[in-house]
Amino acid sequence: KIHNPQFRRHLHTITMASASVLFINTARRSIAHALRSPTIMSSSSTIGSSIRLMSTYYTPAHEYCKVDGNVATIGITDFAQAALGDIVFVDLPEPDDDFEAKESFGSVESVKAASDVYAPISGKVLEVNEALTDDPGMVNTNAEDSAWFIKLEVGDESELGELMSADQYKEHCEKEAH
Amino acid sequence: MLKSATSTLLRRGIKPTTAAAATTRSFASSDEPLVKTALYNLHKDLGGDMVPFAGYELPVLYKAENGGVMKEHLWCRADNKSALFDVSHMGQIRWHGKDRAAFLEKIVVGDIAGLKEGSGCLSLVTNETGGIIDDTVITNAGEYIYMVVNGATKFGDMKHFQEQLDKFDGDVTMEYLEDSMQLLALQGPGAAEAVSKLLPSGFDLTKMAFMTGVETTLDGVDGCRITRCGYTGEDGFEIAMPTENTVSIASKLISDPTVNPTGLGARDSLRLEAGLCLYGHDLNETINPVQAALAWTMGGPKGRRRKEGGFLGAEHILKPDGKLQKVVKKRVGIKGMKAPAREGAEIYDAAGENKIGEVTSGTFSPCLKVPIAMGYVETPLSKKGTEISIKIRGKMQKAEISPMPFVESRYYRVPE
Repeated sequence: KIHNPQFRRHLHTITMASASVLFINTARRSIAHALRSPTIMSSSSTIGSSIRLMSTYYTPAHEYCKVDGNVATIGITDFAQAALGDIVFVDLPEPDDDFEAKESFGSVESVKAASDVYAPISGKVLEVNEALTDDPGMVNTNAEDSAWFIKLEVGDESELGELMSADQYKEHCEKEAH
Repeated sequence: MLKSATSTLLRRGIKPTTAAAATTRSFASSDEPLVKTALYNLHKDLGGDMVPFAGYELPVLYKAENGGVMKEHLWCRADNKSALFDVSHMGQIRWHGKDRAAFLEKIVVGDIAGLKEGSGCLSLVTNETGGIIDDTVITNAGEYIYMVVNGATKFGDMKHFQEQLDKFDGDVTMEYLEDSMQLLALQGPGAAEAVSKLLPSGFDLTKMAFMTGVETTLDGVDGCRITRCGYTGEDGFEIAMPTENTVSIASKLISDPTVNPTGLGARDSLRLEAGLCLYGHDLNETINPVQAALAWTMGGPKGRRRKEGGFLGAEHILKPDGKLQKVVKKRVGIKGMKAPAREGAEIYDAAGENKIGEVTSGTFSPCLKVPIAMGYVETPLSKKGTEISIKIRGKMQKAEISPMPFVESRYYRVPE
């Protein structure tokens, strides 16, 4: 019951305090992130709501890892789908499965061959993208947005430090192409 | 790049340097540069993604509007359309001499002596224990016998042929068409229509039967050969032409909007849908014709060659009365699994307890939109419909033995 104005003010103060704590914490993280220079997309909004920061990391094996809070959305990059050609089958794990960083969590297959996909970080599977079962070809057209493979609950944030930034990944791809 | 030479004549008893060169180049090591076919630049211009295959640089697919394994594959089977493949890596051999058929019957299965002029057949080269050294299409070309063998095995084959020639007392010579001729395959419901535009006006393709071949002028070029055969299950032709005319003939064919350049990736998925073996994967020297479900290449049970034998290893395959010796494993088609099964995947019984075989080829069928595979299983479990399990990525998946071809073949039949 938030009709009591005093309570509302109190709530407001708490919210502000929480927001500032959140801000400080996320600011710390964002400074740490800035040192590793990943892609930072921030959308700030009015006082009272938390500031969201999303960061996207990459692996040498061409997975991306979009971190939003403690949920990581993982898939293969556009570079990978182009290299694989027409994708005909995606093998996904089940929700609640646990994976270690660098452990294979599934595979993506073209007509010619199967490729393992590896967990960029450790975590528990929260969700798998069922749409890929019916339409694996989505990976070719929407690799880095709607054709994500799994969402992982981030186990150990420090593991993000092992991953590449967008620039580092771009450089990595250019080297591979030669 | 191999130095261009006209045909290399290999005469029995004499080992000219060219023969030695041909036989020592048995296996392309990773140090040796890849050979380019006459169409290399054309492939690149068309967006060919070039890969090493059988010591050659060939396109696995084309990065083009109608390219990619899926699109190239589906185009091949589409109404009024056809796929053009560069198969110049394959070995083309002419056998000369009055004893050529008798000699060939010592080294391959099947009724070679009985082939009518212009007729051809699928045959197998066998070793002393009855294992398969290569599969080949052999055509009676009248004055000579024409033989096409696989690219990856051609030098090993010719070394074997030379060894057998050394033991044979008779009039026969082997002529390897090294760089003088290239080979194209045009496959699909629209292949006849497309190639007819290049054939002389009197050439009636409607009367040309499947598994026959003739020398012909093609696009005004003499000395070409056209054989109605292929590796896709569709109507189609393998066309041999002098190397210097290959680019112009291929370009002519590609300028036809119904013809699509097609790479090795689609070639493999097409042949697997058609239930056709790939040497080195579904066939090798440890496998004999009966295990490979290719006993029919040896002719019918009452046929001359079954009773006579006479080819290397016949006594390991045939009983004295011409009946087939029992085999412990058989080549089968496999379907029903959810994920594609690839070469090397282990096959288990329905309960998933005992290993009963292995997958030798597997893919996702672009036409059927399901995984299909070929493999070998213990003979008692090789009947169609038998339930099996396949271990894919550590998990047992249900599957079953399936008849082949997976996609119905549409070989040409001359109308009555």
